[in-house]
Amino acid sequence: MARRLLLAGFLGLLLISPLVASEFHITLLNYIGLYAIVALGLVLLTGVGGLTSFGQAAFVGLGAYTTAYLSTAQGLPGWASMLGGSPWLGLLAGLLVTGLVAYLLGLLTLRLSGHYLPLGTIAWGISLYFLFGNLEFLGGHTGMSGIPALSLFGVELRDGRKFYYMVWATVLGAVWLTQNLLNSREGRAIRALKGGVVMAEAMGVDTARSKVVIFLIAALFACVSGWLYAHLQRFVNPTPFGLHIGIEYLFMAVVGGAAHVWGALIGAGVITVLKQWLQDWLPKLLGASGNFEMIVFGVMMIFVLQRARDGLWPILTRFVPLSDAKREVPIGDALPKKPVPESGKVLLEARNVFKRFGGLVANNNMCLSVKAGEVMALIGPNGAGKSTMFNCVSGVDSASEGEVLFRGEAVTNLNSRQIARLGMSRTFQHVRLLPTMTVLENVAIGGHLRGSQGVLSAMLHLERGEEARLLAEAARQVERVGLRDSMFDLAGSLALGQQRTLEIARALCADPCLLLLDEPAAGLRYMEKQALAELLRKLRGEGMGILLVEHDMDFVMGLADRVVVMEFGEKIAEGLPDEVQRDPVVLEAYLGGVD
Amino acid sequence: MDLQIALLLGQDGITNGAIYALLALALVLVFAVTRVIFIPQGEFVAFGALTLASFQAGKTPGTLWLLIGAGVVVALVDITQALRSGALRRIPRIVGWNLVYPAAAAATVFLLKPGEFPLVGQIVLALVLVVPLGPMMYRLAFQPLAEASVLVLLIVAVAVHLALVGLGLLFFGAEGSRTPSFSDASFNLGLVTVSGQTVWVVSASLLLIVVLFVFFERTIYGKALRATAMNRTGARLMGISTVMAGKLSFLLAALIGAFSGILIAPITTVYYDTGFLIGLKGFVGAIVGGLTSYPVAAAGAILVGLLEAFSSFWASAFKEVIVFTLIIPVLVWRSLTTRHVEEDE
Repeated sequence: MARRLLLAGFLGLLLISPLVASEFHITLLNYIGLYAIVALGLVLLTGVGGLTSFGQAAFVGLGAYTTAYLSTAQGLPGWASMLGGSPWLGLLAGLLVTGLVAYLLGLLTLRLSGHYLPLGTIAWGISLYFLFGNLEFLGGHTGMSGIPALSLFGVELRDGRKFYYMVWATVLGAVWLTQNLLNSREGRAIRALKGGVVMAEAMGVDTARSKVVIFLIAALFACVSGWLYAHLQRFVNPTPFGLHIGIEYLFMAVVGGAAHVWGALIGAGVITVLKQWLQDWLPKLLGASGNFEMIVFGVMMIFVLQRARDGLWPILTRFVPLSDAKREVPIGDALPKKPVPESGKVLLEARNVFKRFGGLVANNNMCLSVKAGEVMALIGPNGAGKSTMFNCVSGVDSASEGEVLFRGEAVTNLNSRQIARLGMSRTFQHVRLLPTMTVLENVAIGGHLRGSQGVLSAMLHLERGEEARLLAEAARQVERVGLRDSMFDLAGSLALGQQRTLEIARALCADPCLLLLDEPAAGLRYMEKQALAELLRKLRGEGMGILLVEHDMDFVMGLADRVVVMEFGEKIAEGLPDEVQRDPVVLEAYLGGVD
Repeated sequence: MDLQIALLLGQDGITNGAIYALLALALVLVFAVTRVIFIPQGEFVAFGALTLASFQAGKTPGTLWLLIGAGVVVALVDITQALRSGALRRIPRIVGWNLVYPAAAAATVFLLKPGEFPLVGQIVLALVLVVPLGPMMYRLAFQPLAEASVLVLLIVAVAVHLALVGLGLLFFGAEGSRTPSFSDASFNLGLVTVSGQTVWVVSASLLLIVVLFVFFERTIYGKALRATAMNRTGARLMGISTVMAGKLSFLLAALIGAFSGILIAPITTVYYDTGFLIGLKGFVGAIVGGLTSYPVAAAGAILVGLLEAFSSFWASAFKEVIVFTLIIPVLVWRSLTTRHVEEDE
């Protein structure tokens, strides 16, 4: 409630400020708006997606220069002359050019891992800047002037006061689009990019595509900002599109709070006002002219990263009570389910699988099979190679040799995303959750492949029906594993045992026919183990195949239909639980020889 | 282009390449030991060159004030920490390095008129002023974040770079400076005339590389740095202080940077913000070596120097565009050939 009021107050202020503010303040607010649009793209790219870019100013430049060129150039070739003159066509062309350039740069640089990516953005940031300054037809370093003003519904937006509404409507539109995207199926996939790539891939998310998507959105936001800038200033030169400005945009996002949509506005506001103020005062204070605000920004940035790495927004929101509107259990129709394979049919078959890490043979000629409607347990001492086998089967890693068949199809060379699509879902031995997302949202990632609505419809909120069904399905799985009371808690706040249970709910949300559970009972209390065993029996009864790695022998022996025992990467026994328990080789592996 | 021009460009390329190679080595060193991608390297280049130029113009270089200021802040931070942890024994050392040393440097500058020193004396004094800024920078900006991810450290490095560029403008103004050549000699080698400065640059670079090699292979501190680079935790368990390693690597990087600046100042006009582009070109070289291999990094840097020289002949306006676009395929090649576990960051 309090947040709603604050938002309404903010919008009201925005609405009336051109009526009361001075020319100077309007100009300042216009610039804050322009910068906020770029910073918003960086929130999505860097704060949420974890991809750092120092080069956004270059995309702003592309937007500005495209419209500047098209709306001023004389003697364009015939096919292009129809583009000339109209700023709106300039916007369209700018978006196309920026989209194309960003797509090509993204294809190249998004493959860069870790710190290579930001270095790459520095490189093309500098390249594009020098390109703007050295191309004759773009006016070189002097730039281009005489860019026409925008007109909207017959009103020419000649002065800053009229332009103001245009800028801020765009800012709010961009905020709306970004927030919609983040609260959607695609948005959850994007939020998984930071620290959850392996998990997301195993849930069927194409993480490479998600990266390109946010890179494109950030670039297009920057382009729109550049387009507005060109028609506000009605003059462009290369200076505002250099690397230093790109760095400033990143600072705005980080100072405001890179993981929060509103942080972009706060950051843009703080940095812009501060810059204005410092540019007035520092030269007087220091008795020389120059961009001395850099010194303050640099020091401030170091301080923010050392003391408040999440930026200003989380500090501000600490004083506002959280609304509890989001605590209602979502309701929606059931999602369609895949047909359940006939009980007793072989689902998974691994034949002669080898996995070598250098000289170490982690899996040596392993064979195993799982049928629909049975619990197959894979046991063995620590380091026997059980988790490696799991990774080979589920495509998280690939076998060095051998063959894996899933529902009759060879999946040996498929990646985990493709295997997930066939109906296999898994949990991880070391839990892989997104700690800052709620339990419900984490589980909903499991249902990624059961939705089909894309980024555009998510941004425009055209996918609410599907989204409601997805969340309702996730809520059902949360309740099914007994986490109903923690549905809206952050996943990172759960105890380890509950986090493991959460992983099961996430795997179930994918509607699998084969479930791979890596030590699901570790860290659970007795009653919780009972409940888990009950759930697994029920799933088995419904015809699901379950492959289980577990150390708790009571749990395994009471539940499993068949058991495979591994030691030193090899299978040493296979059979019914009773047989295996009496097998002398198994006893020796677990208890040592009886000489 | 005839052979003579090619040789001339080649000479230019190798001279600049030798400087880039030095910078590339420092970048590799800093990254390996501290995981910091050392963007402010270029500012040491500019500070070294411009401090020397100030002495020659008979002015007091602003870096002196920076040294005094940074010293005071480091002393305050360190003394507070020492008092809190009750480690009073550390205080004399802190005061010595951070307050007495800058004061002594100031006394030298004001009392001894370095404008009248011989060139060697001016160079040494410039290094005395600039080099300690390296470890001080590590203490203030990076040490509190030593365990942060590479990306956070990179953003901090960019922030430090920005602050130093601003300070450079404040201290030295917007005008560039050029210092006189180390030697006016020139050597005729058939078709081409090799200038004395080129010989100086190339031989000084080679000498520095040999010295670094000996340092890393033969001395206990060099080995400590290598150990830290390979495994921070392991090195710490063996009693190597990672703080010491961080400061030492920054000291070396500052020394290499400032010295490179002094070498390049007679060849090209150095402005307060020139260092950044020079440093980035060292980077391209360092990245060719994957930020880990010293010899490959040096070879990559020479390549960048040659590429720059030849592209300035064919398309001088697009020189920077060509050099920095080159980095992208190199980065792609690098990230495809290095194994990287996505979620270890």
